[in-house]
Amino acid sequence: MASKRGKSPGQSPGRSPQSTTGDVAIDATQDVSAAGSELANAESSIRTDQIDPGRRRMLVTGAGVVGGLGAVALAAPMVASMSPSERAKAAGAPVEADISKLEPGQRLTVEWRGKPVWIVNRTPDALGGLEQVQSQLSDPDSENSIQPAYAQNETRSIKPEILVMVGICTHLGCSPTYRPEVAAADLGADWLGGFFCPCHGSKFDFSGRVYAGVPAPTNMDIPPHKYLSDTLILVGEDQQEGVAA
Amino acid sequence: MITNNPPILIKMNVRLALCLTFVLALLGVNPVFSAGSSVALESPRIDAGSEKSLQRGAKLFVNYCMACHSANYQRYSRMARDLGLSEEDVSEQLIFTTDAAGEPTKVGSLMENNMTTEYGRNAFGVVPPNLALTARSRGVDWIYTYLKSFYLDPSRGGIGVNNTVYPGAAMPHVLWELQGWQKKVVVDDGSGHEKVKLELMSPGTQSVSEYDQTVTDITNFLAYMADPIKQTRHRIGMFVLLFLFGLLGIAYMLKKEYWRDVVH
Amino acid sequence: MSKLNDTVAWIDQRFPLTKLLEEHITKYYAPKNFNFWYYFGALSLLVLIIQIVTGIFLTMNYKPDGELAFASVEYIMRDVNFGWLIRYMHSTGASMFFVVVYLHMFRALMYGSYQKPRELLWIFGMLIYVCLMAEAFMGYLLPWGQMSYWGAQVIISLFGAIPFGIGDALTLWLRGDYVVSDATLNRFFALHVIAVPLVLIGLVVAHIMALHEVGSNNPDGVDIKALKNSQGIPKDGIPFHPYYTVKDFMGAIVFLIVFFTIVFFMPEMGGYFLEHANFVPADPLKTPEHIAPVWYFTPFYAILRAIPSKLGGVIAMGAAIVVLFFLPWIDRGKVRSIRYRSTAFKVLLFSFVAAFIVLGYFGLQPVTDAGKWISRICSLIYFGFFVGLFIISKNEKTKPVPERVTT
Repeated sequence: MASKRGKSPGQSPGRSPQSTTGDVAIDATQDVSAAGSELANAESSIRTDQIDPGRRRMLVTGAGVVGGLGAVALAAPMVASMSPSERAKAAGAPVEADISKLEPGQRLTVEWRGKPVWIVNRTPDALGGLEQVQSQLSDPDSENSIQPAYAQNETRSIKPEILVMVGICTHLGCSPTYRPEVAAADLGADWLGGFFCPCHGSKFDFSGRVYAGVPAPTNMDIPPHKYLSDTLILVGEDQQEGVAA
Repeated sequence: MITNNPPILIKMNVRLALCLTFVLALLGVNPVFSAGSSVALESPRIDAGSEKSLQRGAKLFVNYCMACHSANYQRYSRMARDLGLSEEDVSEQLIFTTDAAGEPTKVGSLMENNMTTEYGRNAFGVVPPNLALTARSRGVDWIYTYLKSFYLDPSRGGIGVNNTVYPGAAMPHVLWELQGWQKKVVVDDGSGHEKVKLELMSPGTQSVSEYDQTVTDITNFLAYMADPIKQTRHRIGMFVLLFLFGLLGIAYMLKKEYWRDVVH
Repeated sequence: MSKLNDTVAWIDQRFPLTKLLEEHITKYYAPKNFNFWYYFGALSLLVLIIQIVTGIFLTMNYKPDGELAFASVEYIMRDVNFGWLIRYMHSTGASMFFVVVYLHMFRALMYGSYQKPRELLWIFGMLIYVCLMAEAFMGYLLPWGQMSYWGAQVIISLFGAIPFGIGDALTLWLRGDYVVSDATLNRFFALHVIAVPLVLIGLVVAHIMALHEVGSNNPDGVDIKALKNSQGIPKDGIPFHPYYTVKDFMGAIVFLIVFFTIVFFMPEMGGYFLEHANFVPADPLKTPEHIAPVWYFTPFYAILRAIPSKLGGVIAMGAAIVVLFFLPWIDRGKVRSIRYRSTAFKVLLFSFVAAFIVLGYFGLQPVTDAGKWISRICSLIYFGFFVGLFIISKNEKTKPVPERVTT
């Protein structure tokens, strides 16, 4: 349709070369207020009497939308360039942890994606305490917390005694301290052991579940992890479905 | 205005053609690659799309080249992905080095060799260069011809070989078992001019055509490693250009529509 | 809609938004007869934006350190998501900047856009060009390849030609070391990413303000402001928006097609945009066999090499750039456009452009005797243009300039 209109001057009256040539010679004193008239337009190089607003709007919208898409497509790689690079991903690759020498009550720290990941071998006493503190926790069933599905249970782990957890407080990113001693002087007589964040005083139980009434909003994160063997854990890769620990 | 259109279009086309001619002329006088060798370089028939050739090249590269040369801008994992290999296969079959901790190099690591620069300098007088970008600095023809141009040269004490493409090269003929040994002969090319030729004295385990293929595969791999994004780049480029041509159509109609207002 | 109007009114009482838009876009009247050559001003602005945006993202991953710079560029090319695209856009943009700026300057020469009253406009433009050269030169050191390193070494050494011990002290100061080194790289980085771009943007604003003050020239060299209608609007003028915005939009798409063809399919441009030797890390102990600057500097480099004396060469090269600043006064003609100027002018301009291109070619090649002599002849033609123009423009036989623009 566009080309048809452009090529057939007969359809647009008054746009033949003769009439425009005539216009140029018109005296400048002519009345210019008669918008759309040949005489008025001779005064300027623009004539606005034959505009097809619908077509114009359509083309402007089209150019705007398609051009806008292009701009977004161009911005996308710039934005993407700020997400982790191959190097960062390689450095954040899953790490192995050997727990064969981890005695009950001990904690081991490995680095995964630049963050400390704790592996704690919990004693039967510590596990027993999990049930007792239930009522004091703000998210005892870990419904609003980050953990793989296979670790959404009371012990927040694959094997009950082995806890694998990101050692970062969910409040503002400090690293809590490991406080296994029961009834520690500074934590009160009813403290059954767990983790305490010295920055703002958040308290977590032995499963990293947060106590109610402290600043941290959710339980500590459990990273994806799996057992390569009985004593070898791979942190950063998910346990496959259906493989019981 | 309308009657004027065809001449304007023709004029525009003439200008565009002039610009294109200029660009093509520019491309015609390619600046030389940095290696100023007097030997005519052969062009390998590399197939950048052949995963098989690239995989063979990768295997040759890690076995023969990486004993001395590093390629530590390239990651093994990237190579695995681009060459259609699994990370496990690469870890088990293509990684022979160890990392700083003495553990086998991880698949996400850069392709670093284990030779220290000190050792390289002592052994060869120069540090063997990083090969990750050689295909871009020297060109694939250079690599291909270079790897085919080693010959026995008793005058070169220590390593006993020389290279017609890179005379005085410090590199020994690492692929001699495959190619065998060549010697340099000067022949008359029939018109009284002397010509240097390499002749195979003692064949290696590969026939001449097999060795050509071996060198082609290495060259192919080096070309891939110098520009690993090339194929993706071309693919995205096609879409970008298609899109822009579409947008150009709209832009042209938009311009035409508004310029109907302009009285000439 | 009225909400929008209210907002605009609110802003207008506090900031001249509508006034600025009208002065520079919607009520800026440009001659209606702009041709092909008038795309390159807007395109320069487009490339400037591309360079600034891609540059910002490059600095996020680049390391201005002699030990790390080369590897950090390869890191961008391989490990950073779409880093290759951003880097190729920046490297292609650098060359394309000069392509469009050279065409833009050629346009000015053809249509006398530097003549009265556009002398300052021309001078701002020349300052932009000089800044651009500084920007490109310093940016080229950053990849820290062999050409980066030795190119910088050679160019900085040029300042050593200044006599009385000033030169040596100056080169030492510029490098901050006895050779081009980490210190040089670090300061070039600072100048390239912040100092020069700031000046450049300021100059671009000044250039556009000067343009909009005096109005655009056109292929006929007719002063459209001389003939206004009763509303005070030039009869041959059309508002920049929407007419030239839609036209430049179309031009920008054509440019982007060329630009992205290079970026995606030939980013090295056969060794012109990215030189082969620059894929080898800088080695202060080993000079490449053949050092040539990037193509946009080679005309001046050829002039430098044509003169058989270090000081003389540097002076000639400097003069080749400085003389352009004086063009508005060298050309004493009253007629602007090549369309109405004498054959003598056409011959002069043609030989000037031809000499510039030939110089550019020989500046890329290794020195040969023939090349040296051709460069000398072309250098003479280059300077001869200005001398010739000064002479012929005094009493030039010109054709009558029409009162109104032609189509």
